[in-house]
Amino acid sequence: MQKQLVTLAASAMLSLTAVSAQAAILDDVKAKGYVQCGVTGGVPGFSAPDSNNVWTGIEVDFCRAMAAAIFNDADAVRYTSLTSQERFTALSSGEVDVLSRTTTWTMSRDTQLGISFVGTMFYDGQGFMVRKEDGIASALDLSGAAICIESGTTTELNAADYFAANKMEFNTVVFVDQDEVVKAYEDGRCDVYTTDSSALAAERSKFANPDDHIILPEIISKEPLGPVVRSGDSQWFNLARWTYFALLEAEELGVTSANVDEMLGSDNPAIKRLLGVEGDFGTPLGITKDWAYQIVKLVGNYAETYDRNVGPSTPIGLERGLNALWKDGGIQYAPPIR
Amino acid sequence: MTDIGFVRSDLVEARPAPVRTTGAIAWAQKNLFSTPLDTVLTILGLLFLAWIVPPLYGFFFGNAVGPNGTVEQCRMENAGACWAYISSEMEFFIYGFYDIPEQWRPNIVFALGALLLVPLLIPKAPFKKTNAVLFLAVYPIVSYFLLAGGVFGLREIPTEKWGGLLVTLILSVIGITLSFPLGVILALGRQSSMPIIKTVCVGFIELIRAVPLITILFMASIMLPLFMPQGMTVDKFLRAIVGVTLFTSAYVAEVVRGGLQAIPRGQYEAASALGLGYWKRMWFIILPQALKHVIPGIVNNFIALFKDTSLVYIVGMKDLLEAVKTKNDTALEWQSGNTATTGYIFAAMVFWVFCFGMSRYSIYMERRLNTGYKR
Amino acid sequence: MTTRDLGHDAAPRVSFYNDPKIRGYIYQFIVAAVLVGFIFWIVKNTAANLAAQNKTTGFDFLWKTAGFDISFSLLPWSRASFYWEAFLVGILNTLLVAFIGIILATMLGFTLGIARLSSNFIISSLATIYIEVIRNIPLLLQLFFWYFAVLKAMPAVRNSIALPFDAFINQRGIMVPRPIPDEQFGFTWIGIALAIAAVIALRIWAKRRLEATGQRFPVFLVGLAILIVIPTIVFVVSGASVAFELPVLERFNFKGGLQIPPEFAALLLGLTIYTAAFIAETVRGGIQAVNHGQTEAAQSLGLKDNDRLRLIVIPQAMRVIVPPLTSQYLNLTKNSSLGAAIGYQELFNVFGGTSLNQTGRAIECIAMVMLVYLTFSLLTSALMNWYNARVKLVER
Repeated sequence: MQKQLVTLAASAMLSLTAVSAQAAILDDVKAKGYVQCGVTGGVPGFSAPDSNNVWTGIEVDFCRAMAAAIFNDADAVRYTSLTSQERFTALSSGEVDVLSRTTTWTMSRDTQLGISFVGTMFYDGQGFMVRKEDGIASALDLSGAAICIESGTTTELNAADYFAANKMEFNTVVFVDQDEVVKAYEDGRCDVYTTDSSALAAERSKFANPDDHIILPEIISKEPLGPVVRSGDSQWFNLARWTYFALLEAEELGVTSANVDEMLGSDNPAIKRLLGVEGDFGTPLGITKDWAYQIVKLVGNYAETYDRNVGPSTPIGLERGLNALWKDGGIQYAPPIR
Repeated sequence: MTDIGFVRSDLVEARPAPVRTTGAIAWAQKNLFSTPLDTVLTILGLLFLAWIVPPLYGFFFGNAVGPNGTVEQCRMENAGACWAYISSEMEFFIYGFYDIPEQWRPNIVFALGALLLVPLLIPKAPFKKTNAVLFLAVYPIVSYFLLAGGVFGLREIPTEKWGGLLVTLILSVIGITLSFPLGVILALGRQSSMPIIKTVCVGFIELIRAVPLITILFMASIMLPLFMPQGMTVDKFLRAIVGVTLFTSAYVAEVVRGGLQAIPRGQYEAASALGLGYWKRMWFIILPQALKHVIPGIVNNFIALFKDTSLVYIVGMKDLLEAVKTKNDTALEWQSGNTATTGYIFAAMVFWVFCFGMSRYSIYMERRLNTGYKR
Repeated sequence: MTTRDLGHDAAPRVSFYNDPKIRGYIYQFIVAAVLVGFIFWIVKNTAANLAAQNKTTGFDFLWKTAGFDISFSLLPWSRASFYWEAFLVGILNTLLVAFIGIILATMLGFTLGIARLSSNFIISSLATIYIEVIRNIPLLLQLFFWYFAVLKAMPAVRNSIALPFDAFINQRGIMVPRPIPDEQFGFTWIGIALAIAAVIALRIWAKRRLEATGQRFPVFLVGLAILIVIPTIVFVVSGASVAFELPVLERFNFKGGLQIPPEFAALLLGLTIYTAAFIAETVRGGIQAVNHGQTEAAQSLGLKDNDRLRLIVIPQAMRVIVPPLTSQYLNLTKNSSLGAAIGYQELFNVFGGTSLNQTGRAIECIAMVMLVYLTFSLLTSALMNWYNARVKLVER
């Protein structure tokens, strides 16, 4: 009896710790049957759970696309919400397989943390949100303002740089948790809330009266946000990167989740290659050759996920802007699949 | 002068009857108006009550929106606590994101826990030993498999989905059951005559006691993965449990040490004279006496642990406080002036009920066990 | 395990593994080996992990420019300051809130503890309710409540509540005029120092006189008079003056003056209210621990109520109160780390949060933070040992 108890207890403990083989993340992922995806606690449009814990957002869609490519099942994803302090350790320790959490691509992060940025899912820049009643038109009017910021982000450094460069005074109020930042701004502790302008729009959509707040035109930094994987596993890195490219390529070729089955019969060789009708680009990645077909079928192309999560018709209402395809005046560009 | 000077010829006037020592007036005189200062204090106290009670009553009951109310009522001017918000989000506060069709599993765990705990707490209930083994050893394992699933055809529910009161209770129950034995061992180690063991225990206890829990939780959540071999991950939940347990065990150890030091040397010597070995001496003679002395201290630490579980919120876990805060901030459909306040008050009441219950029980136990010393 | 009591020398020969002494060595060896092995294992893993992550380690980052802003700082701070300065700012902010918190919590706690023992029913019940409610609710929850509830209740900047003496209160905190002493004020500092020295001397003299002649001297009143009179005279004679910088409403916020941010106020309030409940219980326990016979003996000696408390009860109660009281002080200091959750820039927020993130040096930052708290704790326990040795009962 005692022995069995001990064994059971030990197995309970063990099931909470996981040892994965070193070599290939993809093999581990296949073995456990799902992709562990690190996300934010809740930025609507990017990654946020609804009241039934169904996660949605553009970053969530990236994880779903990876799951679709690997398992032909976009729901084979589990989400771990991470604070900005934890995120890199969680990724490099293997707690999550991919980090898709409004993470800004910077040189020091790319080179000093043992992680690799896959690409830029979303071109963003830091902006400011203020109350309409304050009658501010430009960020240059903000001298002397109190600013709410989340600690440990690039935002914190950019704001300090910007105000110093423009010789303006300011007061920061720094919180560890993003929810507190927003709450403090909403309660009037600060005049300004600053973060990536997309997240500003997202947070604004959550306010009781979104129209009482405006986002200033100035964008004070480049914030390329993208998914991140651990360094040292080029197969996994390529899989993540080409998942992203496949989303773009599908949009460029006009393949959507609605017409993807028709498109299987398309004569366009580029579409044929994308959907795995011609050639096999999946096997070298360690997955099936219809991987991109599955992505588009189950998740959609880049435009679909953009419009669904953050586009003009959503409460967040962001225009494509820089995130339009290169041929539409944006800078989203995927290398050809061939 | 040598004669008898004076013999009283008439009776002394009767003195007034002594002040009544029973009854409301006497009680008031004794407890409220015994001195001028007392009277002033009483009046001040009454004024304070008159100032604070009506608005509080209005907030909690008078103007409050009952559990079946609507958000419109909560948004009305002068509305008090919005209990409707609590009742509509209750499921989230208790289970977090635990899948709704599977919520019978936590319910069984709660019921089983109550079923095992209550007889354990009632001194007269029989089968203490079996009960204790069931509660301390079998119950946690059964609960784990029931909650996590993945075996016996139960659907697997990863710990990320657990939340709310469920997490708070799991963390505290496991923290308490693990930190107590660990604390006792550390205390014994600290009293040991073996220098290395003593140093290790002292170092551990002092280090843990010196730093805030939040740094330990941070270490557990951010640095523990660094300490593990590459590719090995430990569930967030387990990390928080480890952090909370280590923290509490150091405090328990110090309390137990106090109890050990209060045992007269004669007891140790008598036990040795009986030919008992170290563990038998401790188990049968010393610890039963020592622990009896320090029950209030230990329970205080458990209360502290229960309250401290709220700190896991800072490392991104979803306990009761996190659940309430999340809903306060995100439940747009319930936004009103008092929603957030009501949420916090609800969380405070839940914590309070558990902590106050524990402290009352410890006082009761202390009285019961003290009988041996009364003569 | 213990060899002392058994007197194994006299015992007949036993096989060596039954010899408690040798067993003791074996146990210790095993523990030491396991511990060393464990530490080695952790160090090895950490090194491997850091290498895999291509991370550098070391404390060189302390001399790098921090680049972020700290708005509440006792030291001059700019974004060009170094990380070690951020570290100092964090420590000072922690000490500031802890220091003021300790003073306030002690005052409130002693009042409550005595009130709880009061014979007045209403007063003692009020104190009991306060203590039982506050003690059993997590501090973090209380902090959130104070911060967000109070923040909501305060008026916006432009509708600030004006208080007397040009002070204002609004959502951005409490603004009071900042005294700016001129150069002559230096003499006043010297005056204050002199006054303190005089009071100490007076105390020693009074004690000697009491022991020699039995006559008492009203040290407290006279001392207080000295403390007020001497600096005032010096202040007037030296012709010093104090200017006041008034808080002025600018476009967004008040500028100038002494500004107390709401984060600080909420943390201080929360810590004070919470810790006072524990201190009250300590005080009550201490007073109750004084044997009732002591009170009766004092009464039979003919001591007045006041003297009985001051000379008999309180000194004995203090011996019981002080050790747990210090640990409450230490708890308050440690609990101030929860200020991170409500945006107060104390040590943990500045160094365990922001700096850790910006540099990625998790181990170094957390270790430094822990070391600071460890130092506080060791200093306090050293002080405690000294005190305990001093007040120890000398039994005959």
